[in-house]
Amino acid sequence: MESALKIKSLLDLEGLDREGITHILDTAVSMKQINERVIKKVPTLKGRTQINLFFEPSTRTRTSFEIAGKRLSADVINFSPSSSSLTKGETTLDTVDNLQAMSPDIIVVRHKSAGAAEMITRHLAARGAPVPVINAGDGAHAHPTQALLDLFSVRDRLGRVEGLNVTIVGDIANSRVARSNIIGFTTMGANVTVCGPPPLIPAQVEKMGVRVSHHLDEAVADADVVMMLRIQLERGAGGRFPSLREYAIRYGLNARRAERLKPGALIMHPGPINRGVEISPEVADGERSIILYQVEVGVAVRMALLYLLCGGGDEITA
Amino acid sequence: MAFQAMVRNHGQDARATPKGGSMRQRKILDQDEINRALRRIAHEIVERNKGIADLVLIGIRTGGEGFARRLAALLSEMEAVPAPVGFMDITLYRDDIFHQKTHPVVHATNIDFKVEGKTVVLVDDVLFTGRTVRAALDAVIDLGRPRRIQLAVLIDRGHRELPIRADFVGRNIPTGRADLVEVKVGQDGDDSVILQEGE
Repeated sequence: MESALKIKSLLDLEGLDREGITHILDTAVSMKQINERVIKKVPTLKGRTQINLFFEPSTRTRTSFEIAGKRLSADVINFSPSSSSLTKGETTLDTVDNLQAMSPDIIVVRHKSAGAAEMITRHLAARGAPVPVINAGDGAHAHPTQALLDLFSVRDRLGRVEGLNVTIVGDIANSRVARSNIIGFTTMGANVTVCGPPPLIPAQVEKMGVRVSHHLDEAVADADVVMMLRIQLERGAGGRFPSLREYAIRYGLNARRAERLKPGALIMHPGPINRGVEISPEVADGERSIILYQVEVGVAVRMALLYLLCGGGDEITA
Repeated sequence: MAFQAMVRNHGQDARATPKGGSMRQRKILDQDEINRALRRIAHEIVERNKGIADLVLIGIRTGGEGFARRLAALLSEMEAVPAPVGFMDITLYRDDIFHQKTHPVVHATNIDFKVEGKTVVLVDDVLFTGRTVRAALDAVIDLGRPRRIQLAVLIDRGHRELPIRADFVGRNIPTGRADLVEVKVGQDGDDSVILQEGE
């Protein structure tokens, strides 16, 4: 088999072609089998150290990475600013230097600033310690592992990604999930539509190869996949539309709208969900929703990435 | 599904692969010899275990797949009961993942039966250093607690690095450490075992 993945760190999906993404998803299929067994652990990363460096709060993603590392037998250390010297004034890069001195084999980074994961990767390389880095979300920039698990979920449930109509709804401007998913789904050959109120749609987003719509009913009429995004009040989205109630009426996925979707269409959400805002409770819990399945396969996808990026040779080939 | 003949580089580092041109190759087993060896192994499995009740076969991917399928078919025919057969990928249990230049591809494991309390016959095409079998033993035990595990291989080529031996052997073949043994066992009738001499 040919070389499929030539990255040393996963900072964004931009560095991956269709073959590379497929290689990660295929590896995750085998990892998913481990998660379905009674003994959910393999010895692959025994003796390797994985540091989860979370400068920004996260429950789901951090836990998912922690379980993924442990199921591969890595020693997993969680490091978050609330319990560290960051509160005492240490800079991000000083923190990284200190952790690097403890010889980790892979670092998973979540940060509130766009570009933080790349900055840390460059910093480590400049220090002569090119530790592989996985970006677990940096500001409004990228969240590649979320996009990969979304691709895995869709491919697994619908059998393919190419040619599907995927509509992403909500706060596109503030969403790293939207940005990574646009890159991921278009790379894999899906037709992507983004939908939301004009202030939440970034200018020139069409250049990423997507269609723009401001009317939810029209945007989801032909959709095979509807991905609802959370309104990110912590990133200032609240100031860009009149009220959450009005947003829910115009852009929320309620039962009436869900019933009109194509038969077999999937409803997704990266979580955490705001019930009654972008998605109504009965839709989030309904049979078309694969929200919890996304969380489940997230562990397998992260196991695949840890395996493919951790330790080993000069480059990763299939 | 008709599956293809499979060729595998048995635990040998890609860097140790002999360069083309300076090697000789010869066929060491032909179709008839392979068939006879398979039938003998099938008889030995039945004799040793007094039938095939509570016996399951697990082929080690990818080299043991074709061999395991053929053995299962022979056993089912001889004993007139189906012999369950599954396939296992042991990549994640290998001890040399980080010693190789490239990460091996992880294949799927397909085992739709319980190993708890069963006699598991591990099936591989070539027994060489024993490291693949060591990994397979760990992998099987993570699926449950079998009553016993036995090992069937088509070729034992020597050079063991671990205290492991096979219960059922098709043919013992003396080889050099750098030689390559290619086993092709498919269903399309051009089975062979080829020995390529290394430098």
